[in-house]
Amino acid sequence: MPDGSDVLMQREPPQARVAFGATPGEGRPGGQYLNIAQWCDRHLFLILPIPAVVTILLIIALPLAYTFWLSANRWVVTAFTPPTFVGVQNYVRLIAGDLDFWASVGRTLLFAGLALGVQTLLGLGMALVFHREFPGRGLARTLLLLPMTATPAAIGLLWAMMMDPDLGVLNYFLSVVGLPKSLWLASPRVVIPAVVLVDTWEWSPLIALFCMAGLAVIPGEPYDAARIDGASAWQQFWSITLPLLRPVLVVAMLFRAIDALKTFDILYVMTQGGPGRASETINMYAYLQAFHYFNMGYSSAILVALLALVLGVSLMLISVRRGTEA
Amino acid sequence: MSVRSANSQGRRRTRGRLRRYIAFALPWLILAPLLFPFVWMVLTSLKTHIDAVAYPPVFFFTATVQNYVEVFRNNPFGTYLVNSFIIALGSTALAVLLGLPAAYSIARARRRALALSILIARIVPGISYLVPWYVIFRTLGLLDTYLALILTHLIVSLPIVVWLMIGFYEDIPVDLEQAAQVDGCSRFQAFLWIAIPLTLPGLVAAVIVSFIFSWNNFLFSLILAGERTKPLPVAVFNFMTYGMIHWGGLAAAVTVILVPVLILTFLIQRHIVRGLTAGATIG
Repeated sequence: MPDGSDVLMQREPPQARVAFGATPGEGRPGGQYLNIAQWCDRHLFLILPIPAVVTILLIIALPLAYTFWLSANRWVVTAFTPPTFVGVQNYVRLIAGDLDFWASVGRTLLFAGLALGVQTLLGLGMALVFHREFPGRGLARTLLLLPMTATPAAIGLLWAMMMDPDLGVLNYFLSVVGLPKSLWLASPRVVIPAVVLVDTWEWSPLIALFCMAGLAVIPGEPYDAARIDGASAWQQFWSITLPLLRPVLVVAMLFRAIDALKTFDILYVMTQGGPGRASETINMYAYLQAFHYFNMGYSSAILVALLALVLGVSLMLISVRRGTEA
Repeated sequence: MSVRSANSQGRRRTRGRLRRYIAFALPWLILAPLLFPFVWMVLTSLKTHIDAVAYPPVFFFTATVQNYVEVFRNNPFGTYLVNSFIIALGSTALAVLLGLPAAYSIARARRRALALSILIARIVPGISYLVPWYVIFRTLGLLDTYLALILTHLIVSLPIVVWLMIGFYEDIPVDLEQAAQVDGCSRFQAFLWIAIPLTLPGLVAAVIVSFIFSWNNFLFSLILAGERTKPLPVAVFNFMTYGMIHWGGLAAAVTVILVPVLILTFLIQRHIVRGLTAGATIG
């Protein structure tokens, strides 16, 4: 790792080095102390981040390492027995014998896939609309942020209320336009699309934000040329906007994919994995194993698997992005 | 000019005008479903018990603040509100204390590795920290303490503060700090007396964004908080589970959670975007 102070040194005017770099501390009372102070100051960019680095190690790296270690142990917290080392036994059970786990993987992928697909389309569409000038654009763009900054747990409660099968306002809207009522969260078949709906309400604006930033830096010339050549609006979108937007779009999708795979708050508040196990994603399965059944070791193994999945998807999307840049 | 061409010109003009109306109206038509849940929340919170569960739902009714009064009288909601503030403010203060020096070093010495490691916090699922934390804090007897909650919320607030402040430090020219050093300031003094004051508006923004994200956290407090330290979102979730259908009260409680963050969003919307998209330029 390059020493940070060197980088700044090179950019400093020579006087600066004379000013404090070459002032000898010895020969004065307290010279030793001054030397230490000077050394610290010269390596300031090494020293300043230390508290943050230590904290990150303590609250992020240490727990992660502990999770890996626990995943190789059998440990039921309530049993008052210390963890027993079982090697890869948890993973063998997880991969070879646990149908509940594989079902939860399927649900997680279904949830994330649905959410990502719908939100990308909607977000892109929203960006195209909000990119143009219209009266009240500044206010509209701020309002777009509200679903994302609203507390997810509170949002989940609010939507659960609106999705009530008997008295909810959503079923009322359905009946107004002549559609049959839905059971929403009470139906094993509708529950995942229903939570995807909430997730979409919450996070489509994020994709829109990314795309608006991308649209803002696309130059006008290609469009002028295309118009002269008689290209339709659709052709312009398809052969100019979309290719130029692709790198930004991939980053936006990466963000959404990571968060969608990890979704917890709204799922827990709205369904707690139910009805039955119909919305039990990997995250929820690990949570229940840890904090309802207190199988800390097994839960840790599930969490390592989830982490691998999230990392895998991230790397996949990053490589797609590299591909678009080349 | 023939009648026919004038006619088609007129038609084109109406079509153009129609298109312009659509272009004006479309953004607001998209915003309507985005904003409806908030409107419905406030409406429901102002309804009587009977109006709240009426079907078909009522949109016009006599408003009452009874729900808010009841929520605060029947539950220690004041305590939960204070808990939420203590945890969010505490973790934000700690994040600033730890994050400012780190962000400054990253901005001035280009420590990309450090910046990247901060992003990892975003990728790792929150629950994978929770099992170890639960075990550690249980062993130390720190469950249901502000200390445990403030420390764990750092996972949300520290990356946000560092990330936003890197941007703000990079925005100010390095010349001013160098000039101060020529005048005999140490590097640390230049950081303390030049860089920090110059980025004060940015710091305020970072504090607010960090506050919002910490306020919104649900998962960590769900496990690590108890009766004494329970913040609002967890309290309201329990409230719903035990309270059966008391929609007016639920809506009032949810409104109490959301009002602070929604107001703050309006105050610093530009920086919120930076916070939400933190890390987009690296990776």
